[in-house]
Amino acid sequence: MTTTTRPPSAAPERQDQWTQRLRGLFGARILGLVLALAILIAVTTLLNPRFLSGQSVRDILLAAAISVLLASGMTMVILTRGIDLSVGSVLGLSAFGTATFLSEYELAVPLAVLLGVVIGSLCGAINGALITVGGVPPLVATLGTLYLFRGIVYFWAGGSRISAGDMPRSFLDFGTARILGFPYLTLIAVVMAIAVGVYLARYRSGRDLYALGSSPEAARLAGIPATRRLMGAYIMAGTLSGLGGVLYAARYGTVDASAGNGLELDIVAAVVVGGVAIFGGSGTVFGAALGALLLTVINNALPSLGIDQFWQRAIVGALIIGAIALDRIVAVRTAAAARKATTHVH
Amino acid sequence: MSTDTPLRTADTAPTAPVTRTRRTLGWDAAIIAVTLAFLVVASLGVEHFGTARNFGFLVLDLAPILLLALPMTLIIITGDIDLSVASMVGLTSSAIGVMWDAGLPLETILVLAVVLGAILGAVNGFFVAVLGLPALAVTIGTLALYRGLSYVLLGDSAVATFPRSFTGWTIGSVGWMPNILPGLLLLVAVFAVVLHATPAGRAIYAIGANVTAAAYAGIRVMRTRFLLFVTSGAVAGLVGAFWTMRFSSARADNAFGLELTVVAAVLLGGVSIFGGKGSLPGVFAGVVLLMSLQNALRLERISTEALTVVTGSLLIISVLLPNVLARVRTALRRRRPPEPDQTPTAAPAAQRKESP
Repeated sequence: MTTTTRPPSAAPERQDQWTQRLRGLFGARILGLVLALAILIAVTTLLNPRFLSGQSVRDILLAAAISVLLASGMTMVILTRGIDLSVGSVLGLSAFGTATFLSEYELAVPLAVLLGVVIGSLCGAINGALITVGGVPPLVATLGTLYLFRGIVYFWAGGSRISAGDMPRSFLDFGTARILGFPYLTLIAVVMAIAVGVYLARYRSGRDLYALGSSPEAARLAGIPATRRLMGAYIMAGTLSGLGGVLYAARYGTVDASAGNGLELDIVAAVVVGGVAIFGGSGTVFGAALGALLLTVINNALPSLGIDQFWQRAIVGALIIGAIALDRIVAVRTAAAARKATTHVH
Repeated sequence: MSTDTPLRTADTAPTAPVTRTRRTLGWDAAIIAVTLAFLVVASLGVEHFGTARNFGFLVLDLAPILLLALPMTLIIITGDIDLSVASMVGLTSSAIGVMWDAGLPLETILVLAVVLGAILGAVNGFFVAVLGLPALAVTIGTLALYRGLSYVLLGDSAVATFPRSFTGWTIGSVGWMPNILPGLLLLVAVFAVVLHATPAGRAIYAIGANVTAAAYAGIRVMRTRFLLFVTSGAVAGLVGAFWTMRFSSARADNAFGLELTVVAAVLLGGVSIFGGKGSLPGVFAGVVLLMSLQNALRLERISTEALTVVTGSLLIISVLLPNVLARVRTALRRRRPPEPDQTPTAAPAAQRKESP
């Protein structure tokens, strides 16, 4: 009697275990990042108590804000097996555009901010159109627009720079203003990251991005409108980079044509460290945001620890390789466990 | 239509390699023609472009991109990518500076630079080919790592005390012929022969076309991919030596950001980012076109900003144009009424191919 009832009940039990293990893995990455952050902050504070002073923390939060915004957009795109190498150039174009609208055309602040964001959306739409309609591979298309958009900023700026004095006080105040000790810019980034995170986790079209990244063929056969979803992801990535550009202008006050130059690799690094698979289909915005935060904290902690600033890049590089190697080990283990589970059932 | 059908179904037929070569030859021919046309127009229309002096500068500017593009072409054809090349150039350059300060003879240093490059490439190869990690992510990691290590070695100082006998030779020329040109062309020829006329070259295409099929066909996939990354590193070491001698300065930020220009040049030369397609004559033409365009713009005193726009546009157009043409061709073909087919067995296969 007991032997006959066991097999049917065993299967769901095993499935339960299975989802639990998955959840454990997902948690493991987040846990690892949080742990790394905590250890880094604890050690740095022990050696240099000023690291946790209000100003230093605010600097980190401000610097992380822009990275988190761009990393959120990058996550959406990388989930679909794509990549957006043009984010740094889009940020530069939007930052310079916003600053110019404010200083030269003396537009109202909200209008200039809106235009800056729209510049980003347009750039994203160009990327999306090249990739979906034009059939250009994402790496090639966004490498091309990396040059193209940067070239446009150079043309527009013509070697000039816009300094804080040219911009209205209210805009610059917005860059440094705080609410309950939190800088506004950080708050904006956090809200946007949460919005993207909820969208990806809870909304059908958000889940479609995972499906497109896991298996583009299967996603198409399942009736997912690939063109529209991909277009949406690139426009969103562009919009968030555009918003990042506005925040950049507000925070630094001084904008020239090279704003955000070379940023793309830092953002990809943050996303990869945050556990988003470079070939799509898996990862979360939360992880990517933690990755961005970790890289920013490393940047700021090194001088406090008295470590030569020159080590920063090397450490980031080692971290990226460590993160993907870890992903591979976990993937191999899960695959082995899954094989074991299935052979057991049969 | 009847002549069309066998071509279209050839993907599954044994004649597949022939059609692929024909298709790539088409793109190669186009890019080579455009490059030649540009060189003629520039020589006639741009003042000083055709002079021996400018030719010397053009070769010096072109050399690092062309050298790095050679192994990059092979790597991209296998479906991988190496974004760390510029950082390997920087790190070997820093190492050359440190070793020179330590008093080693320069001949030894230059050889060690190539060896160091090969070791750095082997690290990439280990992660990508042996551990099976994605090349894009690994080489973004080593891009940061190697550049970081080159700063650790040299900081923001520079070593610039290299003997004139070396630096002078690097930028010198005999009459019309720059000293480095024969060696440069020899390397291009070696890579072209390996890729297009040896079993190793066929193996590279096979890996890019279908890695599983290549493995079943007895190609040692892991070894081939590993060796390609080692080659890429060794060439980057050579470029590090060249760069240091050319500018007579070992600096940590040498060749910063060059990787994207190299990738752009390779893709412009008709290599598919998905692997399996491309040729070295095309890449050679792509590099020459990109660099002579830059050279001509500078002579015309057009700002270097224009160049970034031109590079980006060329890169996009080089992929977009064939896609658009192919789409127009299919649209035209579809509009024509279907003729009775001579080879009934091939028809369903063709339709199945077109349905998605």
